[in-house]
Amino acid sequence: MLSIKNLHANIEGKEILKGINFEVKPGEVHAIMGPNGSGKSTLASVLAGREIFNVTEGEVSYFGKDLLDMSAEERASEGVFLGFQYPIEIPGVSMVNFMKTAVNEQRKHKGLDPMSASDFLKLMREKKELVELDAALANRSVNEGFSGGEKKRNEIFQMAMLEPKLSILDETDSGLDIDALRIVANGVNKLKTKDNATIVITHYQRLLDYIIPDFVHVLYNGKIIKSGGKDLALELEEKGYDWLKKGENL
Amino acid sequence: MEKDQDKILNEVTQSEYKYGFVTDIENETIPKGLNEDVVRIISQKKNEPEFMLEFRLEAFRYWQTLEMPKWGHLNIPEIDYQDIIYYAAPKQKATLDSMDDVDPELKATFDKLGIPLDEQKRLSGVAVDAVMDSVSVKTTFKENLAELGIIFCSFSEAVQEHPDLVKKYMGSVVPYTDNYFAALNSAVFSDGSFCYIPKGVRCPMELSTYFRINAANTGQFERTLIVAEDDSYVSYLEGCTAPQRDENQLHAAIVEIIANKNAEVKYSTVQNWYPGDKDGKGGIYNFVTKRGKCVGENSKISWTQVETGSAITWKYPSCILIGDNSVGEFYSVAVTNNHQQADTGTKMIHIGKNTKSLIVSKGISAGQSQNSYRGLVKVVKNATNARNFSQCDSLLLGDKCGAHTFPYIQVDNKDSVVEHEATTSKIGEDQIFYCNQRGIKTEDAIGLIVNGYAKEVLNKLPMEFAVEAQKLLQISLEGSVG
Repeated sequence: MLSIKNLHANIEGKEILKGINFEVKPGEVHAIMGPNGSGKSTLASVLAGREIFNVTEGEVSYFGKDLLDMSAEERASEGVFLGFQYPIEIPGVSMVNFMKTAVNEQRKHKGLDPMSASDFLKLMREKKELVELDAALANRSVNEGFSGGEKKRNEIFQMAMLEPKLSILDETDSGLDIDALRIVANGVNKLKTKDNATIVITHYQRLLDYIIPDFVHVLYNGKIIKSGGKDLALELEEKGYDWLKKGENL
Repeated sequence: MEKDQDKILNEVTQSEYKYGFVTDIENETIPKGLNEDVVRIISQKKNEPEFMLEFRLEAFRYWQTLEMPKWGHLNIPEIDYQDIIYYAAPKQKATLDSMDDVDPELKATFDKLGIPLDEQKRLSGVAVDAVMDSVSVKTTFKENLAELGIIFCSFSEAVQEHPDLVKKYMGSVVPYTDNYFAALNSAVFSDGSFCYIPKGVRCPMELSTYFRINAANTGQFERTLIVAEDDSYVSYLEGCTAPQRDENQLHAAIVEIIANKNAEVKYSTVQNWYPGDKDGKGGIYNFVTKRGKCVGENSKISWTQVETGSAITWKYPSCILIGDNSVGEFYSVAVTNNHQQADTGTKMIHIGKNTKSLIVSKGISAGQSQNSYRGLVKVVKNATNARNFSQCDSLLLGDKCGAHTFPYIQVDNKDSVVEHEATTSKIGEDQIFYCNQRGIKTEDAIGLIVNGYAKEVLNKLPMEFAVEAQKLLQISLEGSVG
């Protein structure tokens, strides 16, 4: 579904991604790991279509279409979802209103009628349970006054609502205690089907105890320097990144 | 990054004004210019009693001694008061017996504005006084209201039918000596609405006045007078639009509200005068004096305004809190885009004991506009236990616009509490991207964010109008995109 070839991107002239290559097929879970500043979040943002980054080289095809040619909202409507590392607060806009707008915009894109109010509320109730989200949260403003854990659960809740084909979860585990981590991971696992795929970006191996990846990629200095199966994550946990960095320098 | 954001904002802030059409109807106008004769002609056209003419002439003479105020944070071009027509009336029968007598063109105009004059067509219980240029075209539901003793009619009609009430209250809240535009209005005003709620009556429907400027080269000067007797309640709404013209047009109105013991008046405005084009050409100059007097104990006056129109807005709906325990409220959303300028706010004058006031002002600036909040909170010596809370927020879209806050606080009573909070924020690129990533287009995202920001005020509007206002905010800030 997703094929990334030689992707280069910069922000304000500073090159962050320096030739990324990998492929994602339906039903797969990919983990991207790497030390701080290696370009993990930039990769997530570029795939989601954030305009502050400039793609200078390479191509990304998504179900045979040129992903880089689509606007951020088109990508979203075509099933690309980004779980934000730092979810954004939008004061005064209730979660219900926000989600209703998003769901109906995406339905419009697919040529469907807007969802009825009762169907929508039913859907919200269902999906909220999936991530054990407090019912009252839905009436509060988007992420405003949410705790760190609530914000992350709220991201997975939105993922559940929008039923994306490709989910990119950017450091969804950061700032979560072990219970919250379990809830988030459970949510992600329940949403997994043979037709969708997930890219999990993380610092630590511990999330991968819950979300089992099919592939693990190590991103360092804007390039994937090693790929492997789920055992690679364990190896990284044990040895750190230094042995790989040394390899890169040679 | 800044550049991208500017690009997005530029695209979505190219607004189109929906109400810019002109109605082709025969007008009765008087020649341009302003002098005592013109004042006399207006009074004569309205067949007014002597006291009205006297009032007008005194106001006119006083006005001649004044100079236009310059203290606003506004750049007001020179206005040639001799180049304005002070009276323009769409020609139609003098008295209307039924809807059939209303000129079809006029009916069509108000239909197009979403203000059907046909009572059968109105779904919600809203009574309307429709004013075009200098005269009231039609007041709906007048008879139903009269059964409750409520008087709701055009100002001209009130002068004829209820001269005692007019004489008693006109100028009692805003005397013609109040300011330059109040004096001008008092001299040449041509119509407006009058509303009287008798003791103990809760008005069962929203009353509203819809002002429309149509004729070219004219000014609109109307007056609204609302009197709420003891234990009464009324909710009032005012709306306004004007055709799209390259010349500026002047609108100088007065609104006076009197709330007696335990009475409550809610006054809501959705102001959508033509704001001028994107280069700042044309548009209405809106210089308005609005003031309410909480005369009785426990009375309450609440102003809610959504200001999206006008090239220049100069307006401070205020409350004079005389009665003990009386309450004044001011909720405002002022949007300026392109080259619009707004200097708006309120005055809360605490005179009675335990008086309370609340000010919630939300400014939204886009384009190259200038948006100022100017407010006065005054607590006199005897106003023991007075309380005020003010919240003034500014939201900036883009980096060429300006937001300013000028709060004035004068407290002469040491038992009173006055609080002021202010914030300034920008719509972040990150907020827009967050919405985009969920499938929401940039213009919808801005609409969502702006409406969220203004929600506290929009919630204060009567239901039917809150929806309208929400759309209006979006239209004011968005282009023809999509």
